Amino acid sequence: MVMKVHGAVLSTAAMRVFATLYEKDLEFEFVPVDMGAGEHKQERFLALNPFGQVPAFEDGDLQLFESRAITQYIAFAYKDKGTPLLCEGKPMATVSVWMEVEAHQFDTAASKLQWELMFKSIFGMATDAAVVEENEAKLSKVLDVYEARLSQSKYMGGDCFTLADLHHLPVLTNLMGTTVKKLFDARPKVSAWAADIMARPAWAKVLAMKNQQ
Amino acid sequence: MAAPVKVYGPPLSTAVSRVLACLLEKDVEFQLVPVNMAKGEHKKPDYLKIQPFGQVPAFQDESITIFESRAICRYICEKHADKGNKSLYSTNPLVKASIEQWLEAEGQSYNPPSSTLVFQLAFAPRVNIKQDEAQIKLNDQKLSKVLDIYDQRLESSRFLAGDEFTLADLSHLPNTHYLVTVGNRGEAFSSRKNVDRWWNEISSRDSWKKVVEMQKSK
Repeated sequence: MVMKVHGAVLSTAAMRVFATLYEKDLEFEFVPVDMGAGEHKQERFLALNPFGQVPAFEDGDLQLFESRAITQYIAFAYKDKGTPLLCEGKPMATVSVWMEVEAHQFDTAASKLQWELMFKSIFGMATDAAVVEENEAKLSKVLDVYEARLSQSKYMGGDCFTLADLHHLPVLTNLMGTTVKKLFDARPKVSAWAADIMARPAWAKVLAMKNQQ
Repeated sequence: MAAPVKVYGPPLSTAVSRVLACLLEKDVEFQLVPVNMAKGEHKKPDYLKIQPFGQVPAFQDESITIFESRAICRYICEKHADKGNKSLYSTNPLVKASIEQWLEAEGQSYNPPSSTLVFQLAFAPRVNIKQDEAQIKLNDQKLSKVLDIYDQRLESSRFLAGDEFTLADLSHLPNTHYLVTVGNRGEAFSSRKNVDRWWNEISSRDSWKKVVEMQKSK
Protein backbone atom coordinates (compact mmCIF):
# COMPACT_ATOMS: atom_id res chain seq x y z
CA MET A 1 0.00 0.00 0.00
CA VAL A 2 1.42 3.36 -1.06
CA MET A 3 2.14 6.14 1.45
CA LYS A 4 -0.25 9.07 1.32
CA VAL A 5 0.37 12.75 1.93
CA HIS A 6 -2.69 14.90 2.45
CA GLY A 7 -1.95 18.56 1.82
CA ALA A 8 -1.47 21.37 -0.66
CA VAL A 9 1.47 22.10 -2.99
CA LEU A 10 1.77 25.63 -1.61
CA SER A 11 1.97 24.44 2.00
CA THR A 12 5.52 24.81 3.29
CA ALA A 13 4.93 22.09 5.84
CA ALA A 14 3.67 19.67 3.18
CA MET A 15 6.69 20.53 1.03
CA ARG A 16 8.97 19.35 3.84
CA VAL A 17 7.40 15.94 3.56
CA PHE A 18 7.46 15.84 -0.27
CA ALA A 19 11.15 16.77 -0.20
CA THR A 20 11.91 13.89 2.15
CA LEU A 21 10.02 11.39 0.00
CA TYR A 22 11.79 12.56 -3.17
CA GLU A 23 15.21 12.47 -1.47
CA LYS A 24 14.52 8.87 -0.54
CA ASP A 25 13.04 7.92 -3.92
CA LEU A 26 9.86 6.69 -2.26
CA GLU A 27 6.56 6.37 -4.05
CA PHE A 28 3.65 8.23 -2.57
CA GLU A 29 0.16 9.41 -3.38
CA PHE A 30 -0.55 13.12 -3.04
CA VAL A 31 -4.09 13.72 -1.80
CA PRO A 32 -4.98 17.38 -2.35
CA VAL A 33 -6.83 19.15 0.45
CA ASP A 34 -8.89 22.11 -0.75
CA MET A 35 -7.90 24.66 1.87
CA GLY A 36 -9.66 27.49 0.03
CA ALA A 37 -12.91 25.59 0.62
CA GLY A 38 -11.98 24.92 4.27
CA GLU A 39 -11.60 21.19 3.75
CA HIS A 40 -8.84 21.06 6.39
CA LYS A 41 -11.29 22.18 9.08
CA GLN A 42 -13.88 19.54 8.28
CA GLU A 43 -14.54 16.33 10.23
CA ARG A 44 -12.98 13.98 7.68
CA PHE A 45 -9.67 15.81 7.73
CA LEU A 46 -9.76 16.53 11.47
CA ALA A 47 -9.76 12.76 11.97
CA LEU A 48 -6.27 12.78 10.39
CA ASN A 49 -5.05 15.97 12.06
CA PRO A 50 -7.11 17.31 14.98
CA PHE A 51 -5.29 20.66 14.67
CA GLY A 52 -6.87 21.15 11.24
CA GLN A 53 -3.51 21.74 9.55
CA VAL A 54 -1.71 20.21 6.60
CA PRO A 55 -0.01 17.88 6.02
CA ALA A 56 -1.38 14.61 7.30
CA PHE A 57 0.35 11.35 6.41
CA GLU A 58 -0.50 7.69 6.13
CA ASP A 59 1.79 4.67 5.86
CA GLY A 60 -0.37 1.57 6.06
CA ASP A 61 -2.14 1.76 9.43
CA LEU A 62 0.13 4.51 10.72
CA GLN A 63 -1.34 8.01 10.63
CA LEU A 64 0.77 11.04 11.50
CA PHE A 65 0.67 14.82 11.53
CA GLU A 66 3.34 17.52 12.19
CA SER A 67 5.69 17.72 9.19
CA ARG A 68 8.89 17.31 11.25
CA ALA A 69 7.54 14.18 12.94
CA ILE A 70 6.57 12.78 9.52
CA THR A 71 9.97 13.51 7.96
CA GLN A 72 11.75 11.92 10.94
CA TYR A 73 9.54 8.84 10.74
CA ILE A 74 10.26 8.44 7.01
CA ALA A 75 13.98 9.00 7.52
CA PHE A 76 14.16 6.30 10.23
CA ALA A 77 11.74 3.81 8.71
CA TYR A 78 13.39 3.99 5.29
CA LYS A 79 16.93 4.77 6.32
CA ASP A 80 18.45 2.39 3.78
CA LYS A 81 16.70 4.02 0.84
CA GLY A 82 17.93 7.03 -1.12
CA THR A 83 19.68 9.89 0.71
CA PRO A 84 20.46 9.13 4.35
CA LEU A 85 18.87 12.11 6.03
CA LEU A 86 19.90 11.28 9.60
CA CYS A 87 23.04 9.98 11.36
CA GLU A 88 23.73 7.07 13.68
CA GLY A 89 25.08 7.47 17.20
CA LYS A 90 26.69 10.63 18.53
CA PRO A 91 26.47 12.76 15.34
CA MET A 92 22.67 12.42 15.56
CA ALA A 93 22.69 14.59 18.69
CA THR A 94 24.06 17.53 16.70
CA VAL A 95 21.58 16.97 13.86
CA SER A 96 18.83 16.99 16.48
CA VAL A 97 20.05 20.30 17.92
CA TRP A 98 19.94 22.07 14.56
CA MET A 99 16.54 20.56 13.71
CA GLU A 100 15.24 22.20 16.88
CA VAL A 101 16.99 25.46 15.92
CA GLU A 102 15.15 25.46 12.59
CA ALA A 103 11.83 24.72 14.29
CA HIS A 104 12.11 27.28 17.08
CA GLN A 105 14.61 29.97 16.05
CA PHE A 106 14.52 30.14 12.25
CA ASP A 107 10.94 29.20 11.50
CA THR A 108 9.31 31.63 13.95
CA ALA A 109 10.72 34.78 12.31
CA ALA A 110 10.94 33.33 8.80
CA SER A 111 7.30 32.21 8.70
CA LYS A 112 6.09 35.63 9.79
CA LEU A 113 8.15 37.28 7.05
CA GLN A 114 6.91 34.78 4.47
CA TRP A 115 3.34 35.51 5.51
CA GLU A 116 3.80 39.30 5.33
CA LEU A 117 5.82 39.45 2.14
CA MET A 118 4.45 36.60 0.08
CA PHE A 119 1.19 35.04 1.22
CA LYS A 120 -0.57 38.28 2.15
CA SER A 121 -0.28 39.61 -1.39
CA ILE A 122 -1.59 36.30 -2.75
CA PHE A 123 -4.64 36.79 -0.55
CA GLY A 124 -4.92 40.49 -1.38
CA MET A 125 -3.98 41.70 2.11
CA ALA A 126 -1.66 44.60 3.03
CA THR A 127 1.85 44.03 4.39
CA ASP A 128 2.56 45.26 7.95
CA ALA A 129 5.91 47.05 7.72
CA ALA A 130 6.46 47.03 11.48
CA VAL A 131 6.12 43.23 11.64
CA VAL A 132 8.53 42.91 8.72
CA GLU A 133 11.10 45.14 10.40
CA GLU A 134 10.83 43.33 13.73
CA ASN A 135 11.20 39.90 12.19
CA GLU A 136 13.99 40.88 9.82
CA ALA A 137 15.95 41.95 12.92
CA LYS A 138 15.21 38.61 14.61
CA LEU A 139 16.08 36.60 11.52
CA SER A 140 19.32 38.56 11.12
CA LYS A 141 20.46 37.47 14.57
CA VAL A 142 19.65 33.86 13.77
CA LEU A 143 21.52 34.08 10.46
CA ASP A 144 24.57 35.48 12.27
CA VAL A 145 24.62 32.28 14.34
CA TYR A 146 24.15 30.26 11.13
CA GLU A 147 27.09 32.06 9.49
CA ALA A 148 29.33 31.11 12.43
CA ARG A 149 28.01 27.53 12.43
CA LEU A 150 28.54 27.07 8.69
CA SER A 151 32.10 28.33 9.05
CA GLN A 152 32.76 25.19 11.12
CA SER A 153 30.46 22.74 9.43
CA LYS A 154 29.56 22.09 5.80
CA TYR A 155 25.89 21.55 6.60
CA MET A 156 23.82 22.56 9.63
CA GLY A 157 24.01 19.15 11.33
CA GLY A 158 27.52 18.16 10.27
CA ASP A 159 29.37 17.01 7.16
CA CYS A 160 26.38 15.71 5.28
CA PHE A 161 22.98 16.96 4.17
CA THR A 162 20.33 15.95 6.70
CA LEU A 163 16.83 16.87 7.81
CA ALA A 164 18.45 19.76 9.74
CA ASP A 165 19.05 21.38 6.33
CA LEU A 166 16.02 20.01 4.47
CA HIS A 167 13.49 21.43 6.94
CA HIS A 168 14.58 24.94 5.93
CA LEU A 169 13.95 24.51 2.21
CA PRO A 170 10.30 25.50 1.83
CA VAL A 171 10.38 28.77 3.79
CA LEU A 172 13.93 29.56 2.66
CA THR A 173 12.91 29.26 -0.99
CA ASN A 174 9.92 31.51 -0.44
CA LEU A 175 12.01 34.14 1.31
CA MET A 176 14.52 34.14 -1.55
CA GLY A 177 11.71 35.48 -3.72
CA THR A 178 11.28 38.51 -1.43
CA THR A 179 13.40 41.44 -0.22
CA VAL A 180 14.56 39.21 2.67
CA LYS A 181 16.96 37.62 0.15
CA LYS A 182 19.38 40.43 1.04
CA LEU A 183 19.82 39.00 4.54
CA PHE A 184 21.04 35.71 3.09
CA ASP A 185 23.17 37.33 0.35
CA ALA A 186 24.99 39.41 2.97
CA ARG A 187 26.38 36.29 4.66
CA PRO A 188 28.74 34.28 2.41
CA LYS A 189 28.57 30.91 4.17
CA VAL A 190 24.80 31.08 4.59
CA SER A 191 24.41 32.19 0.99
CA ALA A 192 26.52 29.29 -0.32
CA TRP A 193 24.68 26.77 1.88
CA ALA A 194 21.29 28.08 0.73
CA ALA A 195 22.29 27.85 -2.94
CA ASP A 196 23.64 24.33 -2.42
CA ILE A 197 20.54 22.89 -0.77
CA MET A 198 18.09 24.64 -3.11
CA ALA A 199 19.92 23.12 -6.08
CA ARG A 200 19.22 19.55 -4.99
CA PRO A 201 17.34 17.52 -7.65
CA ALA A 202 14.79 16.29 -5.09
CA TRP A 203 13.90 19.91 -4.27
CA ALA A 204 13.42 20.70 -7.97
CA LYS A 205 10.87 17.86 -8.07
CA VAL A 206 8.95 19.42 -5.16
CA LEU A 207 8.86 22.79 -6.93
CA ALA A 208 7.71 21.08 -10.13
CA MET A 209 4.63 19.85 -8.27
CA LYS A 210 3.32 23.43 -8.27
CA ASN A 211 3.39 23.49 -12.06
CA GLN A 212 1.35 20.32 -12.27
CA GLN A 213 -1.59 21.85 -10.40
CA MET B 1 32.09 5.27 35.88
CA ALA B 2 31.35 8.21 33.58
CA ALA B 3 31.33 11.74 34.98
CA PRO B 4 27.87 13.18 35.57
CA VAL B 5 26.47 15.19 32.68
CA LYS B 6 26.35 18.96 33.07
CA VAL B 7 23.23 21.09 32.71
CA TYR B 8 23.80 24.83 32.50
CA GLY B 9 21.04 27.14 33.69
CA PRO B 10 18.61 27.83 36.55
CA PRO B 11 15.88 25.26 37.40
CA LEU B 12 13.38 28.14 37.28
CA SER B 13 13.82 28.26 33.50
CA THR B 14 11.08 26.23 31.77
CA ALA B 15 13.50 24.85 29.20
CA VAL B 16 16.06 23.88 31.86
CA SER B 17 13.37 22.17 33.95
CA ARG B 18 12.32 20.15 30.88
CA VAL B 19 15.79 18.64 30.75
CA LEU B 20 15.94 18.09 34.52
CA ALA B 21 12.64 16.19 34.45
CA CYS B 22 13.99 13.97 31.67
CA LEU B 23 17.26 13.25 33.52
CA LEU B 24 15.35 12.32 36.66
CA GLU B 25 12.96 10.04 34.74
CA LYS B 26 15.95 8.30 33.16
CA ASP B 27 17.93 8.05 36.44
CA VAL B 28 20.90 9.82 34.87
CA GLU B 29 23.28 11.58 37.24
CA PHE B 30 23.78 15.24 36.52
CA GLN B 31 25.52 18.33 37.79
CA LEU B 32 23.65 21.62 37.65
CA VAL B 33 25.92 24.50 36.65
CA PRO B 34 24.50 27.90 37.62
CA VAL B 35 24.26 30.64 34.99
CA ASN B 36 23.70 34.09 36.46
CA MET B 37 21.12 35.45 34.04
CA ALA B 38 20.45 38.56 36.12
CA LYS B 39 24.07 39.51 35.47
CA GLY B 40 23.81 38.61 31.77
CA GLU B 41 26.17 35.66 32.03
CA HIS B 42 24.23 33.86 29.27
CA LYS B 43 25.10 36.60 26.79
CA LYS B 44 28.85 36.60 27.50
CA PRO B 45 31.43 35.07 25.12
CA ASP B 46 32.27 32.11 27.39
CA TYR B 47 28.66 30.98 27.47
CA LEU B 48 27.97 31.80 23.82
CA LYS B 49 30.65 29.23 22.95
CA ILE B 50 28.37 26.47 24.22
CA GLN B 51 25.02 28.06 23.32
CA PRO B 52 25.34 30.54 20.45
CA PHE B 53 21.80 31.88 20.90
CA GLY B 54 22.58 32.96 24.46
CA GLN B 55 19.78 30.88 25.97
CA VAL B 56 19.51 28.22 28.66
CA PRO B 57 19.92 25.28 28.92
CA ALA B 58 23.19 24.08 27.49
CA PHE B 59 24.33 20.50 28.10
CA GLN B 60 27.60 18.61 28.16
CA ASP B 61 28.19 14.87 28.19
CA GLU B 62 31.84 13.83 27.97
CA SER B 63 33.02 15.43 24.73
CA ILE B 64 29.66 16.47 23.34
CA THR B 65 28.00 19.85 23.89
CA ILE B 66 24.41 20.36 22.81
CA PHE B 67 21.53 22.80 23.33
CA GLU B 68 17.75 23.11 22.66
CA SER B 69 15.91 21.36 25.50
CA ARG B 70 13.95 18.93 23.30
CA ALA B 71 17.13 17.85 21.45
CA ILE B 72 18.85 17.33 24.81
CA CYS B 73 15.94 15.19 26.03
CA ARG B 74 16.02 13.05 22.87
CA TYR B 75 19.78 12.59 23.27
CA ILE B 76 19.45 11.52 26.91
CA CYS B 77 16.70 9.05 26.05
CA GLU B 78 18.56 7.54 23.10
CA LYS B 79 21.88 7.23 24.89
CA HIS B 80 20.30 5.72 27.99
CA ALA B 81 17.53 3.72 26.35
CA ASP B 82 17.91 0.94 28.93
CA LYS B 83 18.01 3.17 32.02
CA GLY B 84 15.20 4.43 34.21
CA ASN B 85 11.87 4.98 32.43
CA LYS B 86 12.33 2.91 29.27
CA SER B 87 9.06 3.89 27.60
CA LEU B 88 9.78 7.61 27.81
CA TYR B 89 11.04 7.59 24.20
CA SER B 90 10.40 4.20 22.64
CA THR B 91 12.81 2.54 20.26
CA ASN B 92 9.88 0.94 18.44
CA PRO B 93 9.52 3.03 15.21
CA LEU B 94 5.72 3.14 15.23
CA VAL B 95 5.46 4.12 18.90
CA LYS B 96 8.28 6.62 18.47
CA ALA B 97 6.45 8.21 15.52
CA SER B 98 3.46 8.95 17.74
CA ILE B 99 5.70 10.38 20.47
CA GLU B 100 7.44 12.60 17.90
CA GLN B 101 4.09 13.77 16.58
CA TRP B 102 2.94 14.98 20.00
CA LEU B 103 6.36 16.35 20.90
CA GLU B 104 6.19 18.44 17.70
CA ALA B 105 2.60 19.43 18.55
CA GLU B 106 3.87 20.61 21.95
CA GLY B 107 6.67 22.61 20.36
CA GLN B 108 4.61 24.10 17.54
CA SER B 109 1.09 24.50 18.98
CA TYR B 110 1.25 24.37 22.78
CA ASN B 111 4.52 26.11 23.50
CA PRO B 112 3.95 29.42 21.67
CA PRO B 113 0.77 30.50 23.51
CA SER B 114 1.73 28.88 26.84
CA SER B 115 5.22 30.35 26.96
CA THR B 116 3.90 33.81 26.08
CA LEU B 117 1.41 33.49 28.94
CA VAL B 118 4.11 32.22 31.31
CA PHE B 119 6.25 35.22 30.48
CA GLN B 120 3.38 37.70 30.81
CA LEU B 121 1.86 36.22 33.96
CA ALA B 122 4.81 34.75 35.86
CA PHE B 123 7.98 36.52 34.80
CA ALA B 124 7.07 40.03 33.61
CA PRO B 125 5.78 41.16 37.02
CA ARG B 126 9.00 39.89 38.66
CA VAL B 127 11.21 42.03 36.46
CA ASN B 128 8.94 45.08 36.45
CA ILE B 129 7.85 44.71 32.84
CA LYS B 130 4.31 45.90 32.19
CA GLN B 131 1.94 43.13 31.22
CA ASP B 132 0.45 43.28 27.73
CA GLU B 133 -3.27 42.67 28.21
CA ALA B 134 -3.91 42.20 24.50
CA GLN B 135 -1.23 39.51 24.27
CA ILE B 136 -2.62 37.77 27.35
CA LYS B 137 -6.13 37.72 25.90
CA LEU B 138 -4.98 36.52 22.48
CA ASN B 139 -2.88 33.73 23.91
CA ASP B 140 -5.54 32.64 26.40
CA GLN B 141 -7.79 32.13 23.36
CA LYS B 142 -5.11 30.21 21.45
CA LEU B 143 -4.37 28.03 24.47
CA SER B 144 -8.06 27.33 24.89
CA LYS B 145 -8.31 25.98 21.33
CA VAL B 146 -5.29 23.75 21.84
CA LEU B 147 -6.66 22.41 25.13
CA ASP B 148 -9.96 21.55 23.40
CA ILE B 149 -7.97 19.41 20.95
CA TYR B 150 -6.03 17.83 23.81
CA ASP B 151 -9.24 17.07 25.72
CA GLN B 152 -10.61 15.26 22.70
CA ARG B 153 -7.39 13.30 22.21
CA LEU B 154 -7.16 12.35 25.89
CA GLU B 155 -10.73 11.01 25.84
CA SER B 156 -9.48 7.96 23.97
CA SER B 157 -5.85 7.91 25.11
CA ARG B 158 -4.44 7.88 28.64
CA PHE B 159 -1.45 9.98 27.64
CA LEU B 160 -0.86 12.04 24.51
CA ALA B 161 1.07 9.46 22.49
CA GLY B 162 -0.69 6.38 23.85
CA ASP B 163 -0.97 4.32 27.02
CA GLU B 164 2.39 5.29 28.49
CA PHE B 165 3.82 8.52 29.86
CA THR B 166 6.34 9.73 27.29
CA LEU B 167 8.60 12.63 26.40
CA ALA B 168 5.58 14.19 24.65
CA ASP B 169 3.74 14.57 27.99
CA LEU B 170 6.91 15.49 29.89
CA SER B 171 7.57 18.36 27.54
CA HIS B 172 4.37 20.06 28.73
CA LEU B 173 5.28 20.01 32.43
CA PRO B 174 7.32 23.22 32.73
CA ASN B 175 4.98 25.76 31.12
CA THR B 176 1.82 24.16 32.52
CA HIS B 177 3.19 24.18 36.06
CA TYR B 178 3.64 27.95 35.94
CA LEU B 179 0.27 28.46 34.26
CA VAL B 180 -1.70 26.61 36.95
CA THR B 181 0.26 28.10 39.87
CA VAL B 182 1.44 31.72 39.54
CA GLY B 183 -0.42 32.15 36.26
CA ASN B 184 -3.84 31.42 37.80
CA ARG B 185 -4.87 29.44 34.76
CA GLY B 186 -5.81 26.28 36.70
CA GLU B 187 -9.40 26.46 35.54
CA ALA B 188 -8.46 26.12 31.88
CA PHE B 189 -7.11 22.69 32.78
CA SER B 190 -9.49 21.58 35.54
CA SER B 191 -12.59 22.50 33.51
CA ARG B 192 -11.66 19.99 30.80
CA LYS B 193 -12.31 16.49 32.14
CA ASN B 194 -9.60 14.58 30.31
CA VAL B 195 -7.00 17.35 30.40
CA ASP B 196 -7.63 17.58 34.18
CA ARG B 197 -7.07 13.85 34.62
CA TRP B 198 -3.94 13.96 32.47
CA TRP B 199 -2.46 17.01 34.17
CA ASN B 200 -3.03 15.56 37.65
CA GLU B 201 -1.40 12.34 36.62
CA ILE B 202 1.70 13.76 34.93
CA SER B 203 2.32 16.49 37.50
CA SER B 204 2.24 13.94 40.33
CA ARG B 205 5.20 12.04 39.00
CA ASP B 206 8.14 11.86 41.42
CA SER B 207 10.50 13.31 38.83
CA TRP B 208 8.38 16.44 38.43
CA LYS B 209 7.91 16.86 42.16
CA LYS B 210 11.69 16.85 42.53
CA VAL B 211 12.07 19.50 39.83
CA VAL B 212 9.52 21.72 41.56
CA GLU B 213 11.53 21.35 44.80
CA MET B 214 14.68 22.35 42.93
CA GLN B 215 12.88 25.43 41.60
CA LYS B 216 11.91 26.45 45.15
CA SER B 217 15.40 26.19 46.53
CA LYS B 218 17.21 28.28 43.86
